[in-house]
Amino acid sequence: MIVEPIVESIKAAVPGAALEIVLNPSPSAQHSIVVDATHAVAVAKHLRDAVGLQFDYCSNVTGVDWLPKETSTTTKVKRMVDGVEQEVAEVTKTSTPGYFEAVYHLYSVALRHGPLVLRMRTIDREQTHMASLTPVWRSAEFQEREIFDLYGVHFDGHPDLRRLLMWDEFTDHPMRRDYVDPDDYEYEPTAHAEVLERARKHQEGAPS
Amino acid sequence: MSSTTQGILDVSAQPSLIEGDPQLLELSMGPQHPSTHGVFRMNVVLDGETVVKLKPVFGYLHRNHEKIAEKQTYLGCMPYTDRLDYICSLTNNWAYARAVEELAAIKIPERAEYLRIITAELTRLQNHTCLVGFLMQDMGASGTPLMYAFREREKILDLFEALTGARMMCNYMRFGGCRVDTPAGWLAETQKVIDAYPKFLDEFEKLLTSNEILMARTQGVGKVSKELAVSAGLSGPMLRACGVNYDIRKVDRYGIYERFPFRVPLGDHGDVYDRYMIRLLEMRESLKILQQAMREIPEGPIQDPATKPRLFRPKVGEAYGRIECPKGELGFYLISDGTGTPYRFRVRPPSLINLTILEDMCLGATVADVVIILGSVDIVLGEVDR
Amino acid sequence: MIDEQLKSELSRQGIFATSLQELYNWGRKSSLWPLNFGLACCAIEMIATTMARYDLARFGAEVFRPSPRQADLMIVAGTVTKKMAPQVVRLYNQMPEPKYVISMGACAISGGPFKQGYNVLKGIDRYIPVDIYIPGCPPRPEALIDAFLALQKKIDAQQLTGADRPRHLNAELPSEFVVPQFGEHDLEPSKNAELWNAPLVQISTTTGGQS
Repeated sequence: MIVEPIVESIKAAVPGAALEIVLNPSPSAQHSIVVDATHAVAVAKHLRDAVGLQFDYCSNVTGVDWLPKETSTTTKVKRMVDGVEQEVAEVTKTSTPGYFEAVYHLYSVALRHGPLVLRMRTIDREQTHMASLTPVWRSAEFQEREIFDLYGVHFDGHPDLRRLLMWDEFTDHPMRRDYVDPDDYEYEPTAHAEVLERARKHQEGAPS
Repeated sequence: MSSTTQGILDVSAQPSLIEGDPQLLELSMGPQHPSTHGVFRMNVVLDGETVVKLKPVFGYLHRNHEKIAEKQTYLGCMPYTDRLDYICSLTNNWAYARAVEELAAIKIPERAEYLRIITAELTRLQNHTCLVGFLMQDMGASGTPLMYAFREREKILDLFEALTGARMMCNYMRFGGCRVDTPAGWLAETQKVIDAYPKFLDEFEKLLTSNEILMARTQGVGKVSKELAVSAGLSGPMLRACGVNYDIRKVDRYGIYERFPFRVPLGDHGDVYDRYMIRLLEMRESLKILQQAMREIPEGPIQDPATKPRLFRPKVGEAYGRIECPKGELGFYLISDGTGTPYRFRVRPPSLINLTILEDMCLGATVADVVIILGSVDIVLGEVDR
Repeated sequence: MIDEQLKSELSRQGIFATSLQELYNWGRKSSLWPLNFGLACCAIEMIATTMARYDLARFGAEVFRPSPRQADLMIVAGTVTKKMAPQVVRLYNQMPEPKYVISMGACAISGGPFKQGYNVLKGIDRYIPVDIYIPGCPPRPEALIDAFLALQKKIDAQQLTGADRPRHLNAELPSEFVVPQFGEHDLEPSKNAELWNAPLVQISTTTGGQS
């Protein structure tokens, strides 16, 4: 799907929308548009209603958890060391904060084109509020509830935001990358080192 | 003893749906119920027999496919896809294989394409047969149509077992083709089954389609409008019953479906009768596709020699691949971070999304209608809850 | 038990002799009514077993009862998730004695292929006593019939009196078990310690090696 003309069309219809194109390096060439939470509903309505776009079918809503990344770059800098100017290697660490992402795959039943990938991101992993696109596409209703359940992302404007798959008393968000399973131990005869570690912890002191 | 009685009478803290009206009755249909097609629960609020509110409760079969897939290799996820829609394992495999093939631009040899179409259409046949059987069971036909349906399904399962080694969890597709070629005589056996099938469909239609009870109970029940269907993301026979001409085999033209001229049955009213009829008609179209595929299947390799499924390591990127599975649009969204395990493995579940409008369909209907409406949506809990 | 020779001698004379235990066990094993209870994929194989080709009804499982009050046998067919586990235990508690459980499929035995899941109960025998386990994913209908026959053999061998009489004739043994509650991170309790404890297995001392 060629994304640039669509972005132009959105910019014309929804002024002030902060849009970003994310190119997809894989051969599938399904490129994405990132939209911010404040303008998301307006952008979505434009995508759904505009002549020539008519993305009336939201096929899939996915939640993704990106953990914070630390990248270090080494640069050579001229510094004064013991009175002599030398080239010293300096390591700068940049950390990109993690974020949650909701990815919408849009198709058009009327014009039979697609998929257009729309993304919404949170700023970091603590402030987890996003705009709900359920008022625009009804199919997002259960899927956004699932993202709330499994990732902890709040969709403002969702008609009925509660847990979908886990029980109501559950407090964790299991699909997050830093989720730790509860210890309902049972020995599994596999060669995974982490399983053996857990087994060893439970069987400390048992006859070998 | 007293602690266990406490456990039995103690109901879980679900918020009440009734706003203080003492005339209304709040019931929980499921999760153990003869007609909920698995562990599915519906909290219904009834005014006499009529449904006033309906909230589905999911998660009783939430088996964490997506989390488990983040620890498996790409090939290791393939057997898990069998267990999503456990009645149609071969189409699940194909959907996943398609997503991976989109991700890494893998080519598929001719014979493998034909084998995929043959197995997918056989899967569609046995799924729709099962559905008709279960729908009749829900309507109170006490298991006899189900017996007939399963008799035919067993014939198709025999074919699957001879080809893939398993009746239900076939694990047959690979990235770039199929796992194993047909054994000697398989094509002849399949031809026999396909040739005998129309007679069974005729028998079914004669017994059921113009049956007064069936028509009275299904016509006008569970209607959905076109606009709501598209907005709610319905797919498959649910969508086409509302009159929307959208079949992914025709739209995306994946595989070699372009070479097969088949018709797409559409409904007028979007009610249970239309969905039932569409499935019967789709079975006949599948038989047409099968006959053509059986005539045209060439000899040749069944796997792309350039792809190594076991050491599969696609480049960074993402892809969404979807197919028309018997329930609707089954899609897989994969995000690859360059390693041998997927970073994100998402299943787009047609059964769950088709249930978005369950409440809309059931409002104002009786409890008996709710059972039939749910049966006509054709859900499989493995796919709804993943 | 009656001496076999005496039995055959009497039967030649037209007299049919049996013991109360044989008769009682024969009646119970020949009319085991399962509970209409399928969870996942194994349920479809269970349905296929009751259909025309494999026909479980000829072994006595004529009617699958939808109500636990009328059933003797619970075939736990499919993955038991933690969300479903309290309901399974409640259904088991509601079944009147004598009651039996067949754990069908890898998931009901130990969690199966979904063992790593956060919502998967790693085996239903953590909360209820299981009589027969059927491995397989899914087990073939013939395997379910085999399990059914094994259960019938087990019932046949039950003594009506004495120390190892079955649970329903022994007032000291419990017939209802603790229903787990939904906790914040897991079920509470995560297992019924009177029924099941994690098996102790040999672990090799080398790291990363298989025991």
